[in-house]
Amino acid sequence: DFLDCQLTRTYQCRVIKTCRKMGIQTVAVHSDVDSSAVHVKMADEAVCVGPAPTGKSYLNMDAIMDAIRSTGAQAVHPGYGFLSENKEFAQRLAAEGVMFVGPDTHAIQAMGDKIQSKLIAKAAGVNTIPGFDGVVKTAEEAVKIAQDIGYPVMIKASAGGGGKGMRIAWNDEETREGFRFSSQEAASSFGDDRLLIEKFIDNPRHIEIQVLADKHGSALWLNERECSIQRRNQKVVEEAPSTFLDPATRRAMGEQAVQLAKAVQYSSAGTVEFLVDSQKNFYFLEMNTRLQVEHPITECITGLDLVQQMIRIAKGYPLQHKQEDIPINGWAIESRVYAEDPYKSFGLPSIGRLSQYQEPLNLSNVRVDSGIQEGSDISIYYDPMISKLVTYGATRAEALAKMEDALDNYVIRGVTHNIPLLREIITHPRFISGDITTNFLPEVYPSGFHGHQLATDSRRELLASAAALYIAAQLRSQRFLLSTIPQERGKWELCVELGKDRHNVEVTRSGNTYTVEVDAGRVEVSGEWNLASPLLPLTINGTHRMLQCLSREASGEITVQYLGTSFKVRVLSKLAAELDSYMPEKIPEDTSSILRSPMPGTVVAVAVKAGDTVAEGQEICVIEAMKMQNSMTAAKTAKVKSVHCKPGETVGEGDLLVELE
Amino acid sequence: MAISVLAYVLPLDCRWYSVSHLSVQERIDKKRKAALVGGGQKRIDAQHKRGKLTARERVELLLDPNSFVEYDMFVEHRCSDFGMEQDRNKFPGDSVVTGQGRINGRLVYVFSQDFTVFGGSLSGAHAQKICKIMDQAVMVGAPVIGLNDSGGARIQEGVESLAGYADIFLRNVTASGVVPQISLIMGPCAGGAVYSPALTDFTFMVKDTSYLFITGPDVVKSVTNEDVTQEELGGAKTHTAVSGVAHRAFENDIDALLNLRDFFNFLPLSNKDASPVIECHDPSDRLVPGLDTIVPMESTKAYDMLDIIHGIVDERDFFEIMPNYAKNIVVGFARMNGRTVGIVGNQPKVASGCLDINSSVKGARFVRFCDAFNIPIITFVDVPGFLPGTAQEYGGIIRHGAKLLFAFAEATVPKITIITRKAYGGAYDVMSSKHLRGDMNYAWPTAEVAVMGAKGAVQIIFRGKENQAEAEAEYVEKFANPFPAAVRGFVDDIIEPSTTRKRICRDLEVLASKKQVNPWKKHANIPL
Repeated sequence: DFLDCQLTRTYQCRVIKTCRKMGIQTVAVHSDVDSSAVHVKMADEAVCVGPAPTGKSYLNMDAIMDAIRSTGAQAVHPGYGFLSENKEFAQRLAAEGVMFVGPDTHAIQAMGDKIQSKLIAKAAGVNTIPGFDGVVKTAEEAVKIAQDIGYPVMIKASAGGGGKGMRIAWNDEETREGFRFSSQEAASSFGDDRLLIEKFIDNPRHIEIQVLADKHGSALWLNERECSIQRRNQKVVEEAPSTFLDPATRRAMGEQAVQLAKAVQYSSAGTVEFLVDSQKNFYFLEMNTRLQVEHPITECITGLDLVQQMIRIAKGYPLQHKQEDIPINGWAIESRVYAEDPYKSFGLPSIGRLSQYQEPLNLSNVRVDSGIQEGSDISIYYDPMISKLVTYGATRAEALAKMEDALDNYVIRGVTHNIPLLREIITHPRFISGDITTNFLPEVYPSGFHGHQLATDSRRELLASAAALYIAAQLRSQRFLLSTIPQERGKWELCVELGKDRHNVEVTRSGNTYTVEVDAGRVEVSGEWNLASPLLPLTINGTHRMLQCLSREASGEITVQYLGTSFKVRVLSKLAAELDSYMPEKIPEDTSSILRSPMPGTVVAVAVKAGDTVAEGQEICVIEAMKMQNSMTAAKTAKVKSVHCKPGETVGEGDLLVELE
Repeated sequence: MAISVLAYVLPLDCRWYSVSHLSVQERIDKKRKAALVGGGQKRIDAQHKRGKLTARERVELLLDPNSFVEYDMFVEHRCSDFGMEQDRNKFPGDSVVTGQGRINGRLVYVFSQDFTVFGGSLSGAHAQKICKIMDQAVMVGAPVIGLNDSGGARIQEGVESLAGYADIFLRNVTASGVVPQISLIMGPCAGGAVYSPALTDFTFMVKDTSYLFITGPDVVKSVTNEDVTQEELGGAKTHTAVSGVAHRAFENDIDALLNLRDFFNFLPLSNKDASPVIECHDPSDRLVPGLDTIVPMESTKAYDMLDIIHGIVDERDFFEIMPNYAKNIVVGFARMNGRTVGIVGNQPKVASGCLDINSSVKGARFVRFCDAFNIPIITFVDVPGFLPGTAQEYGGIIRHGAKLLFAFAEATVPKITIITRKAYGGAYDVMSSKHLRGDMNYAWPTAEVAVMGAKGAVQIIFRGKENQAEAEAEYVEKFANPFPAAVRGFVDDIIEPSTTRKRICRDLEVLASKKQVNPWKKHANIPL
């Protein structure tokens, strides 16, 4: 058996692993930039289907059909995204007699269209969201529909899966803007520019039911996944089961999901997404006719391998399990580790080369599904996901503690990543108590995410650790082999700078243990002080803490990751700290009159030219990165001095776009 | 008077002795105290206001706490013209602080020019103090660090000051290759004074507060009518990016001194010392999986040589020399299993990593430093050749390119070479090839050792013939791989990139006892 997979990199690896277990040979397809990616190495064969832009490779049906023919593949697993929900692709495969691991064309078509799917759902007795409407062609039509439904409304691409391209409008103006963005995004990402506008439910929870249906009319629901933690309508942290559902609601949702699957003669794994309000009323959102990113948490609590089940179903086998055989064993949490900067809008894409990369697989009950390795490039062309980090525990508290540990042990260097945000979310009291909605992030961080906020104790711990690390490095600098004898000092008097604040620190050492007097408190820090390892396992006042050393400069600057967030401190000798006040202040560049690209990407549109006067907040240009469009606005009202970018150009992070006067 | 008051309380029978004793002791104390404040508090404040530390503060920051041993604190200038002989114009120690101390426990000689005394200008006495520590440094075999902050010659002294410069220059030259010499420019350094730093092994600068030039902006204006600021003419940016006079620049005095401490740890104390070995926490057999995918499949695509270097060396710690000048070659210090090594690498990211005049000179000087001080050289090769063009030919690329060739060929320290991708033409020979006595020469599977790239070669071999594409494919098959070099023994092995660190560490252990001697000569004649 050949199985040809085309999907994102993370996903291809996941499918290949199961295929190996089942003794199925695999062919990976890849674009030219991915030619040395992990999935390509894991598969038995690999075929290049084109250059980096997805439209020319992973979405290029002709090239993929050629790959299938040339390798003699008998089946295709489309994974998620890309071609997984494309009915034309499924039809072409059927015409060639190639097995499509997924539902048949009819179901994809029925559920792929958000408008039709709701009609079907309604007919099948599934609760649906009130006031949704049809296809939208112009901005004015969009406004009219929105007014009919009543604000707020949500606008998104009909063909788009997940939350990508989803925009919320509270008035006519925002509806027009949302219409413009969504239709552009729809065309560039899905090749299908239809849109959907519907009533937006405030404060909802996003809870979805995993279903499994065979070709013999049987279907099962595999319990729920709660995916309420989202940013810009994209999932960030998911868990199974949900803290919110009682058995009765779970059963009602599960049964409706199965009804829907049966109504469209669904076969394969699928997900029925619901919005659940505070009264536990649930509304059908959409059905995803593919395996979703967050499927591992369902696998954890049910013990099923969903990829294996999909392949079995595609081969025509009946389901192995009965509904009463489906357990909820323990708790599973998934964090989506992204290559993005969480300090900008909860995550703007970043790119780079993974100079160091270590997954926390040394820990038990941790699963990491990734498609990258040390040395991989994160490019602007694809989804910026680094991995899906899943932890499992007998209880939710256990799974959460494990997640905390796993995030602290995760080494990612070379790209900016969202671990600081993930760690803050899973340790936030509201999250721990299960009090979450899809607006969790904007509610908890109204002025944006700023990293872990230090308290007196944790500040002391951080300062003490940095001071101890500094001394360990200083002492090592004296340990030349075969020459001088290191001089021991009884006491170190240092000054540790954190932000603008200075903290005087006194340290005494005994072996590998440093006793640090800081901020009127005493902290004892001990560890092995391996200066080569990115991980810095310490015992701070008797508590084990995993810190990470991100950088250590001769100037005394040390960047450590502590409680998920990276902190930059400067450790100076007392003398250097005293003399530091004489150092001239370097004048930073005035940034209010220049607009720089906050991330690498492609310039889609430039709305101004030199000489134009722009108002504060006015859109200046649009940058597309990782399939997302971002509007760049003016920081002040001024005349445009010069424009340094043009549509179609690729820009790097920090590149100058527009200069104002 | 204090003396008589003190004498009065002493017993009568020792009055005479004590008076004399106290008066000397007090004069000593007074002089020492005066020496410590240099040109006085007012000038110290002015120095601080300029964002600069005093000569003594700098020494204290540079050296281990309490390790400084000062020489010649009582030396004064001997000028008697223009009222200089007056007491108020005498400063104990004159305009420079000299001595020795320790950096991370290792001996170093230091002079630090004191701008608060006559603007740090160089008197005969000032020069004599510097010469004294330089002589001793050479005698005991320890590096010399100069902290330069001087307005230039002491004009009142005339030719004596000029003689002083020459005395220092001579010592810079005779000490060259015997002990490492480092200059840190922390203020003005103009006129003839610039030649001392220029003769030392490394010149570092402090951004915004240090200048190096032969003649200042005023003279430039009057001679060439050019309008130029001090910063543009001889600031840190100019010398680290444009002229190549300075090897690196730092943010401010403190940053520079702390970095200098860090840098010092890479250096052996003298040419009789082996390359230093420091305690290392990075496993010598660590695999670097990222390297297996770093060289792009298309040979025209760039990658960052620094990624390779950072991956291979201990703790990703690489002290780059001249990072902003001739960026098509990367040179600097790192450690392998704790031992200092010099790294030379073509940088495919800049000008395809070609060799041109500036990169050849930059590389050559670095290689010669390493060879002089027993530091093994590791060379990463990805070079498409020498840069063609009139600018290069007229500029003397033949003569300058020969410097790098000369330096690699002449070097007798352990030499390990890794060809990561292209090694084309004469540049292949130059880059520490087997033929220039490379001890271990490796090729990665992506290596292409050939006279030139496929396209150019085919155009010459099959000139006028059809089927150029077919011929090109044949050439690629034959030459665009490591085999032609490997079958001839020109590379010792073809290695998996991820094992490179392990191989180098093992080789360095073996080569630690390498002995190789060039024929006796007075000195070689490098094509300057």
